[in-house]
Amino acid sequence: MTAETEARLPDLADAQPRAAAGSELSQAKVRSALLFLAPMLVVLALVAGWPLLRTIWFSFTDARLGVFGEANFIGLANFWDPEGFGLLQDANWWRAVQNTLYFTVVSVSLETVFGMIVALALNVRFPGRGWLRAAILIPWAIPTIVSAQMWGWMLHDQFGMLNDLFMRLGLISAPIAWTASADTAMAAVIMVDVWKTTPFMALLILAGLQMLPSDCYEAARVDGIHPVRVFFKVTLPLVYPALMVAVIFRALDALRIFDLIYVLTSNSRDTMTMSVYARQQLVDFQDVGYGSAASTLLFLIIALLTITTIMAGRVKLGGEVR
Amino acid sequence: MRHSAQAAVFAAAIAGFGAAETRAQGVTVSISCGAVGAELELCREGAEAWAAETGNRVSIVSTPNSTTERLALYQQLLASGARDIDVFQIDVIWPGILGRHFIDLAPHSDGAEDAHFEAIIENNTVDGELKAMPWYTDAGVLYYRADLLEAHGFEPPTTWAEMAEAAAAIMAAEREAGNNGMWGFVFQGRAYEGLTCNALEWIDSFGGGTIVDADGEITVNNPAAVEAIATAATWIDTISPRGVLNYAEEEARGVFQSGNAVFMRNWPYAWSLAQSDDSPIRGKVGVVALPMGGEDGQHTGTLGGWQLAVSRYSANPEVAADLVMYLTSYEEQKRRAIQASYNPTIAALYEDAEVLDAVPFFGDLYATFTSAVARPSRVTGENYNRVSSAFWNAVHRTLSGQQEAGASLAALEGELQGIRRRGW
Repeated sequence: MTAETEARLPDLADAQPRAAAGSELSQAKVRSALLFLAPMLVVLALVAGWPLLRTIWFSFTDARLGVFGEANFIGLANFWDPEGFGLLQDANWWRAVQNTLYFTVVSVSLETVFGMIVALALNVRFPGRGWLRAAILIPWAIPTIVSAQMWGWMLHDQFGMLNDLFMRLGLISAPIAWTASADTAMAAVIMVDVWKTTPFMALLILAGLQMLPSDCYEAARVDGIHPVRVFFKVTLPLVYPALMVAVIFRALDALRIFDLIYVLTSNSRDTMTMSVYARQQLVDFQDVGYGSAASTLLFLIIALLTITTIMAGRVKLGGEVR
Repeated sequence: MRHSAQAAVFAAAIAGFGAAETRAQGVTVSISCGAVGAELELCREGAEAWAAETGNRVSIVSTPNSTTERLALYQQLLASGARDIDVFQIDVIWPGILGRHFIDLAPHSDGAEDAHFEAIIENNTVDGELKAMPWYTDAGVLYYRADLLEAHGFEPPTTWAEMAEAAAAIMAAEREAGNNGMWGFVFQGRAYEGLTCNALEWIDSFGGGTIVDADGEITVNNPAAVEAIATAATWIDTISPRGVLNYAEEEARGVFQSGNAVFMRNWPYAWSLAQSDDSPIRGKVGVVALPMGGEDGQHTGTLGGWQLAVSRYSANPEVAADLVMYLTSYEEQKRRAIQASYNPTIAALYEDAEVLDAVPFFGDLYATFTSAVARPSRVTGENYNRVSSAFWNAVHRTLSGQQEAGASLAALEGELQGIRRRGW
């Protein structure tokens, strides 16, 4: 699912050069290119296309886990049902959609801001910069399950170190059950995600920063422009394309968030995202048809948001380049 | 990798001894065991004793502690017909959900099932086939700190109100004495199957029924049930830490066994662990039946317990069934009862002097174990998980203070009606 959407990104970015292809020679080139691409396309169709199509097919059936063979076609009943059990009529589904969007917007915004700060710091020359760049990637390199479990313990209300630390510092008077209370569960999940993914964001932005031409900065220095002004007038506009790619990648990733939330708060409705909802229907409730319907909607929502973001991003990009 | 090794061993066994050999030498049988408390060690010892006796080998697969997650794992394994696990340890509520993946054990049991509690055998029989053998039964019980109750002049409570009163008084006194981490009552409040067990006990102790009755009618929205859930909600932040809303069995035991709670609701397995040599509360623990809702309420406990079943995708179903019969036998259940206070499913063991000596409350609470309240898994069938999930979420909403008990149960009733229309 994501393999597909991610694969689409470079396509759009490289669209212009391909338009030049017209002559016979370039047609031959296109043919051989297709030939070379074919094995990859076949593999992609098998590992991404087939499961996707199968999931979409199941969403129109009443298939149950364990008895796939007995599935009946039931049309759109999984999505909209006259008696009110359709996915689109389920308050819990909309709650999950809302949770996912909230999580995505807040976590990606925070990661972008922090990632930018870290990237700017790492872009300055200082001794040991290479080491620091490698070290900052550690949270990103730890498997999510491991880091989520680790945070689960640190956030524990009775023997978690976070409560101990805050109580010693006098910030709180009684231990807080971070992942258990409805008010703090989402905040805790977002905090862990920000901790984990800021390095990734920083790395992508840093790559963008290093490509920036130095003459703009020299001109700004000669004119004696304030660094903050330089950042907003020079750095930000120039790094914007790289930033957009980073934000889209992260947003796609955040929209299908599952592991972190499942480990920290299990199936709790306060933090349930679309992926957690789909898994619960598919596995816990054995309702493959309904769960597939949820997965299909998740796919459509992600595809739609990706397309809109890319379109919006390109329009702005066009306006920026003068 | 395990799979291919197993297949190789199996192939070798066929080639060497012929397929007719029921106890093929050197066959490896894999069994899934829970890992709550001493469970895994106990399972390993039992299975290895069988292996030594029969000349086969066992491989132990440990599974997630949360029953909800364990079921999810099993469903994925069984739905794909995986041969990785031959013997499955299954919850008392699962025969209906997973039954089709298991073989009929009756031809292998030689009538052994007659010695077990009839209700459990009936529960494990699906469409006339004995899908699983009872391994141990369970019912929720109330653990209390006998030393603290005595020091502060309280008797073991018989109603929830008495429990809350004693918990609040002892907690306040202990905190005053400098024991700042002390809490009154811990239970399983995480949004998972365990909360369904706990909340069903509260409701049943107030005489509020069993969520869905035996005829499939939804009964959960009644005044007694509302009172029960509302009572439980008053415990949070007063005698129970807010973190209890994310506790399963082991988290609750962690708090109680480190000496930081006066009362705990848990299953009998916690007894032998609380009484183990390295336990800080060794010799200071008592067990009674769960309190009644009020004077006209009743003592109760949710029926739990685990069964052993043989996968129909197993390469060696006969050998696996032999392991199941060994593990569920009188002798093995006796060893488990004495060593780790797992409740036998064979009635005669409750009169066995050695068992009663090791776990005195088995005798006192015999009635609780035999008349435990069952979750509505039979009547709701394949939809049980949906029903249970709706129920625990409704209770969790009230416990966490998001919705009043009355409104929450009314909403639950509507949700259950929706599930019911899909058919149970």
